[in-house]
Amino acid sequence: MKLDAKIPPGPLPQKWDKHKASIKLVNPSNKRKYEIIVVGTGLAGGSAAASLAELGYSVKSFCIQDSPRRAHSVAAQGGINAAKNYQNDGDSVYRLFYDTIKGGDFRSREANVHRLAEVSVNIIDQCAAQGVPFAREYSGYLANRSFGGAQVSRTFYARGQTGQQLLLGAYQALMRQVGLGQVKLFPRMEMLELVVVNGHAKGIVVRDMVTGVITSQAADAVVLATGGYGNVYYLSTYGRGSNATAIWRAHKKGALFANPCFTQIHPTCIPVTGDYQSKLTLMSESLRNDGRVWVPKKQADKRSPGEIPEDERDYYLERKYPSYGNLAPRDISSRAAKQVCDEGRGVGESGLGVYLDFSDAIKRLGRPKIEERYGNLFDMYHEITHENAYEKPMRIFPAIHYTMGGLWVDYNLMSNLPGLFVIGEANFSDHGANRLGASALMQGLADGYFVLPYTIGDYLASQKPGSRPKADATEFKQAEQETNDRIRRLLSIRGKRTVTEFHKQLGKILWSQCGMARTEKSLKEAMAQIPSLREEFWKDVNVPGDGQDLNQSLERAGRVADYLELAELLVYDALMRDESCGCHFREEHQTPDGECQRNDEQYAYVSAWEFTGVGKSPVLNKEPLVYEEVHLAQRSYK
Amino acid sequence: MNVKLRVWRQKDAQSAGRFVEYEANDLNPNMSFLEMLDVVNDDLTRRGEEPIAFDHDCREGICGMCSCVINGEPHGPEYKVATCQTYMRSFQDGETITVEPFRAKAFPLIKDLVVNRSAFDRIIQVGGFISASTGSAPDGNAIPVPKQDADLAMDAAACIGCGACVAACKNASAMLFVAAKISHLNLLPQGQPEKERRVLAMVEQMDEEGFGACTVTGSCEAVCPKGISLNFIAKMNRDYFGALLKSGGKKPASAGS
Repeated sequence: MKLDAKIPPGPLPQKWDKHKASIKLVNPSNKRKYEIIVVGTGLAGGSAAASLAELGYSVKSFCIQDSPRRAHSVAAQGGINAAKNYQNDGDSVYRLFYDTIKGGDFRSREANVHRLAEVSVNIIDQCAAQGVPFAREYSGYLANRSFGGAQVSRTFYARGQTGQQLLLGAYQALMRQVGLGQVKLFPRMEMLELVVVNGHAKGIVVRDMVTGVITSQAADAVVLATGGYGNVYYLSTYGRGSNATAIWRAHKKGALFANPCFTQIHPTCIPVTGDYQSKLTLMSESLRNDGRVWVPKKQADKRSPGEIPEDERDYYLERKYPSYGNLAPRDISSRAAKQVCDEGRGVGESGLGVYLDFSDAIKRLGRPKIEERYGNLFDMYHEITHENAYEKPMRIFPAIHYTMGGLWVDYNLMSNLPGLFVIGEANFSDHGANRLGASALMQGLADGYFVLPYTIGDYLASQKPGSRPKADATEFKQAEQETNDRIRRLLSIRGKRTVTEFHKQLGKILWSQCGMARTEKSLKEAMAQIPSLREEFWKDVNVPGDGQDLNQSLERAGRVADYLELAELLVYDALMRDESCGCHFREEHQTPDGECQRNDEQYAYVSAWEFTGVGKSPVLNKEPLVYEEVHLAQRSYK
Repeated sequence: MNVKLRVWRQKDAQSAGRFVEYEANDLNPNMSFLEMLDVVNDDLTRRGEEPIAFDHDCREGICGMCSCVINGEPHGPEYKVATCQTYMRSFQDGETITVEPFRAKAFPLIKDLVVNRSAFDRIIQVGGFISASTGSAPDGNAIPVPKQDADLAMDAAACIGCGACVAACKNASAMLFVAAKISHLNLLPQGQPEKERRVLAMVEQMDEEGFGACTVTGSCEAVCPKGISLNFIAKMNRDYFGALLKSGGKKPASAGS
């Protein structure tokens, strides 16, 4: 398949402006004649649905939660980056662009990332106007803090609840449009199929999660904003409901899946305590502004942290990366934590943990200042662990947090299926092989507020108003049939094992064989284990109840069935990418001091996989990454 | 540790509900309350019974989806936490724990512990926003916001929309939820142009949804997982009466005084 990323010509800083000026527009009086389906109501979906409705399009907004305000963007803590340079510390659009490209270990698209950095400044303006209560200085002006992978302070925040406040901003804008009748809202509805008519995405099949009724929804374009697929690992910082079903079913209908093996492991999460554990909780990266990461120098040192004198502590991030120190990027910090734990120097009962210590910051700034900055995070840590982090260092360990991979999109955020747009974490485009902190919120809102509303018009202008198919067309009936069949099949197995058991087992395979470190051997093992687990699932899973009402087991079963397929593609991709880059650390390829060894000659491309059938080898398509502006270099944070 | 559960089971809004007893044994005190329910549900599934339906998502106290009344208290025994952040160490070994849904006329039951809280969305739809369409914003620093105002607005904006305030109130009043949103927006300079319209419309919608009146018992603040202050209700009432006077005597809906 020929992949055309449709990157506009011309110098990098002018591409977006020129593109905006040259793409087609939809006449204002015609906009209401177009129906757009937006699936997902997080930062990307919520902001897109609201902005498209403001433009005059008829929008249908779907989410699986009881209200759009619950999408998991709500849980983002630390902040959102923007190249405002309010701090006069040398920030610029170019610097944010470069930091993001470098942070992603040179595996993202230059033109997309530059556009992201450009519109970052508009996002802050927009959110401030909506009443997002950002942190302020006494002057009344906006405050900033620092985040990993950057040497400037460009992160805007609202205490430790930035995601919540930005999401409420987008949600409120969306609710305004619902009130005005421009958006029709469908909560507790799960998309189970994408409908493709004559090669174009023209609708979806949804299940009403309360009544079990399956219906078709037709539209002129479909936007997927359904987030990442990190829950394939079972334990993660994702919401329990977050899932890959929408993007996976679209993939099975022809949308390419890009860079699936780029999965981010966040360095600062609360360690696992037991087998019953249902999710992992993140402690915001912003804590690394003031917290110092360390482990004992001695192996298996069981003394309490207070009894370990200063000269017997190893502040390993400060030692290995003196210029970035505790603010080294996420992939590097996570691997460093794994290394010290592998050496037997981990802390806590399981030995899988490192300390994040605030005692120096409390001495320097006083406890009230630390409370003001991170109070809610310290409270959350206390609720979960029953420990007081003002008196005793936090214990943290890496956990799955975000997926850089996702459905392949071009510069217009349209997938290879015309009419199917993919935004936010669900697409692959901006973060390369590693995402920097406070950049997910930025990308979600950039896509939804400032990119998609322009680029979707270019597609719609090529579709005659009123030309969309009816929801009773053959393609829709067929997709409904497939959906009903799958549900019946899941409900008829009545085996012995629960959905959760299968999900946990899959998670263990992926975490141990395709987690923070990967080898050809471990990946091949995973490749053998996943298909047999999938087979067992379809023989022995037990999904109680029927399909006619709220059935949470059935919902989970459908999602886990999809993970069992997606996991295989993830491993395929990791095996194919025989280099280390960003989060993707192949032990065979490391520098003498244990850093990622990229292979630009052979792997400077986006892998975009084509579905060929369950259990069949997917077809690899390559989009070469062409760097016009940036010189590819070994990433250094020393 | 071991506990006994009395859980409200109800097939749907039309069917009658009842308490059903379950045993949950060999629990780790450090597991969360919802993880305990996960274990119970997995056991039920293995026995071929339908698991207990309950709402949950983020499991870190921010999405507002979880909504159980535990031993008579919305979100359970601990102060300022949601159901998902309630841990088994808060209960006694051998204790009998009663689990019910959030009950209110305006929150119709869907199944077991799951209720419909769309009434909250409809209240936001009539005015819980600042009408700033995308692209129309001035520079973020063009409108300074005094730090104390921004901080107070943030205190109100921290509401997670869970509805515990309604479940706790003897009148099922939504005043704390509505007041939090009105205060968040009305405290900011950006929220001033729509200040009066906002409070009038939201209060009217609140009444239309069937939420009860406020008698300032403070049970809402006591159970709020984010500790939203009752003071915001006072602010809302002040904004409401001011708006009413300015609006030229439009008949007040019973705003709960």
